[in-house]
Amino acid sequence: MPPSHEQQQYEETVHLKDPALAAFLAWLIPGLGHLYQGRVAKAGLFFVCIMGTFLYGVCLGGSHELGWGRTVYVEWGKPFARLPYLCQVGVGLPALPALVQAYRMDADKRVWAGGFMAPPRDENRFDGPNRDQPTAHELNLKLHRFLELGRQYTMIAGLLNILAIYDAWGGPVISESARRKKEEEEEAEKKDIPSEVPS
Amino acid sequence: MDPLMLAVAGPNDMWYALPLVIAVSLVYSATRHEQVGPILTHAVRIGIWITGFMAVIFAVLLLISWGL
Repeated sequence: MPPSHEQQQYEETVHLKDPALAAFLAWLIPGLGHLYQGRVAKAGLFFVCIMGTFLYGVCLGGSHELGWGRTVYVEWGKPFARLPYLCQVGVGLPALPALVQAYRMDADKRVWAGGFMAPPRDENRFDGPNRDQPTAHELNLKLHRFLELGRQYTMIAGLLNILAIYDAWGGPVISESARRKKEEEEEAEKKDIPSEVPS
Repeated sequence: MDPLMLAVAGPNDMWYALPLVIAVSLVYSATRHEQVGPILTHAVRIGIWITGFMAVIFAVLLLISWGL
């Protein structure tokens, strides 16, 4: 009896190569760790789904007038004000410009790229190189619910990449029922093997 | 205005949930399988489950809003 599709799947060995490096690459760019392991289809799927979700969130949470990616930012000196970034940074390299922009804002240097992923200007600050940057109030006023929607999309993208990182590190998670079914099939195969009859 | 009419008439923010449901279903299923076929099959099942769960919550909230 030919093996079932599921049986073939579980019997197929997944070559994880260096799991730690694969996990790091998977964090750096969604899907890169799987590409390193030769799991091309999953690499493409993770990249499209996770990066698509993140980029859509970046577009929702910004505008040509205010700058893009306004929903992905860090604010130094406010340790509990940017908890969403802890989820967003799960996406890896695409979320790291926020760290650079936050440093530049804090160091009173002009933020790059029209304020891409830059934190909002302090409402009490009317001078300096970033005086034209929008405040948090202005962002909420002009972007309405899209700021929050963009935040949700980018946070979910970061959290989904955590799943992808674990898959790159440890391979696919086989459910308990599938493992039990595989063990039952192996036991059935052992019983089918005829015993040797001594001559 | 009737809450059900408000929910279905005009631009509805619920549509923003659709790309998220698709992405979450595909990524979750991809962590459970290696082949594309089982991934897609499982993703469809998960997507239907998520959508059904959201519909149930929507119905409960709608009933609660009628009672208020």
